[in-house]
Amino acid sequence: MGRQEEVILEMKDVKVHFHLDEGVLKAVDGVDLRIKRGKTLGIVGESGCGKSVTSQALLRIVPKPGEVQGKILLYRGGKDGTDEPVDLVKLDPRGKQIRDIRGGEIAMIFQEPMKAFSPIHTIGNQIIEAILLHTTDDKEEAYRLGVNILQKVGMSNPEQRMGEYPHQLSGGMRQRAMIAMALSCNPSILIADEPTTALDVTVQAQVLQLINDLKEKSDTAVIFITHDLGVIAEMSDDVAVMYLGKVVEYTDVDTLFHAPKHPYTKALLNSIPSVSMEKKRLESIEGTVPFPMNLPQGCGFYSRCKHAVDGVCNAADVPLVEVAAGHHVRCLMVESERTEQEVEA
Amino acid sequence: MTDMSAQLVLDVQAMKKYFPIKKGFLQKTVGYVKAVDDVQFHIRPGETFGLVGESGCGKTTLGRCILRAIEPSSGSVLFRDREGRVRDVMQLEAGDLRAIRRDMQLIFQDPYSSLNPRMTVLNIIAEPLVCNGMLHGAELKERVAHLMELVGLNSRHLERYPHAFSGGQRQRIGIARALATEPKFIVCDEAVSALDVSVQAQIINLLQDLQEKLGLSYLFISHDLGVIQHISNRVGVMYVGKMVETATTQTLFASPQHPYTEALLSAKPVPDPRRKSNRIILSGEVANPANPPSGCYFHPRCPYAKDKCKTEAPGMRQVGDGHFAACHFAGELKLKGASGL
Repeated sequence: MGRQEEVILEMKDVKVHFHLDEGVLKAVDGVDLRIKRGKTLGIVGESGCGKSVTSQALLRIVPKPGEVQGKILLYRGGKDGTDEPVDLVKLDPRGKQIRDIRGGEIAMIFQEPMKAFSPIHTIGNQIIEAILLHTTDDKEEAYRLGVNILQKVGMSNPEQRMGEYPHQLSGGMRQRAMIAMALSCNPSILIADEPTTALDVTVQAQVLQLINDLKEKSDTAVIFITHDLGVIAEMSDDVAVMYLGKVVEYTDVDTLFHAPKHPYTKALLNSIPSVSMEKKRLESIEGTVPFPMNLPQGCGFYSRCKHAVDGVCNAADVPLVEVAAGHHVRCLMVESERTEQEVEA
Repeated sequence: MTDMSAQLVLDVQAMKKYFPIKKGFLQKTVGYVKAVDDVQFHIRPGETFGLVGESGCGKTTLGRCILRAIEPSSGSVLFRDREGRVRDVMQLEAGDLRAIRRDMQLIFQDPYSSLNPRMTVLNIIAEPLVCNGMLHGAELKERVAHLMELVGLNSRHLERYPHAFSGGQRQRIGIARALATEPKFIVCDEAVSALDVSVQAQIINLLQDLQEKLGLSYLFISHDLGVIQHISNRVGVMYVGKMVETATTQTLFASPQHPYTEALLSAKPVPDPRRKSNRIILSGEVANPANPPSGCYFHPRCPYAKDKCKTEAPGMRQVGDGHFAACHFAGELKLKGASGL
């Protein structure tokens, strides 16, 4: 089985559509991704590209009136008595089974820990709540596990922290508590949605290292969502670049940064002012991301793309094509270039 | 009284801003938050001075103190106005201050909250011109239309409201407003931080084009080292209200002399997976400016700290040509720059 066995979660043509009065907002429009055990999948894109909604779909916490379609297969490895994967899309979002998985098997770290924690419960209370729901019924053991996990994420005086409220902690400490809560039930998948965006660089470095260490120790799969390409380079094994609800390029991290194919990925990489780059004019992408409602046919990047060809790129929807082993690109120009090369050969 | 070297447009000396901490029924002052503590730097015409630091280090307060949008506790700000006269902004009366603010403007961070949603773009951009009684009628409208074109917006959209524009376009409106009075010096307070990378690049390019065209000087405040390196000629690094290092951009990034600068450079993730860095990961977090540590404020987090650092606060001293650092061991330590990582 080999390679197949590593995959613990598979998304097949996942769509999240919001039916609004003005029309259908396609926040996520056909995403295929595979999450492997012990690996980090980075999802990168600009605001409004659907990266956060994708992660919400995994936990079935998409806000109303969002509707999830497609298949999200979770391989539970015999935990529920069968080897068959569970299709999370088919589960009742308020049912028992999804609540078992939520926090138990798939846990999430949110961007703003001040908003994600309840301000009127202590840190300890909130961590223990998760442990009592998933791991044990014994309150004393839950407390002990809570202290343990706080220690593991590098909090000083864990016993004292258990009795403190979120507002008493600094930003970095709060994010550590958030990570502790997410990891308290040994999830097999950890979703980190912009976990360091609200933090300063020196604290960000601490948190990134912590997530990497914990991932290695417990063999957890991580889905790392961010808009920062620097953080992606640092953290990911595989990367999916999203634009307007679609994955436009999906490959391993080295290929993405050193041999990107999609014009959007290339432009994105050229538009970051980087510490290591010599001074030159930044290459910017003209225009802004269109609003994902009532979009015209064809490639979503058409209006901003330098290489777009009228009548080709805007004619029909562009498929995601595997251009090399494990390198998927959604661009007709890249594809036609490749076929030409093949013909020549 | 107003003496300044001929090559400078702005000279900030011994700038301090202490916010009192008040407690109890009688609101007795029990201490001070030293938001800006004895900072000095200068800016030359046509130059961009980058100010970098983590949140709470006082970079925004410093920027606003220069414009006297916040009243500084003490210090002097020498500024050369459009007639070439050197004035001390700190000494000016209300009327003179308003006049000199035509020459110094501010661009804000958040393009969503810095534009009044109930004013049209025409009114927003025209406001500084109207307030200063500079133009009116058809002339005013023409000038605003010209400003819109200058920042890359369509001048037919004058009657629209801010909600009709995207984040990047709103930031352009903010820039047009700042440019309305033809200033010479602009404080850009995290002007690109709220934008997506692709839009951020557009705005950075715009700011650079405008600088070239209009001969502007910028004080560019940001927490993003990549942006700072790209746009600045010289850089100042702040930590807990104090300037800890100033140098030309090239020198600062290639051979920093303060351990905090080194750590900042090393903490910034590089968008290249092949350059897995030997990170210097600082322990702890930024010191509380209301209750800073003794001696050098950075010593509890500094990997090179010695006993001297715990008791004696280091002063700014010259370590190279135009390169200053506030560290007892500046020049002795072998610190890594951005390229050595």
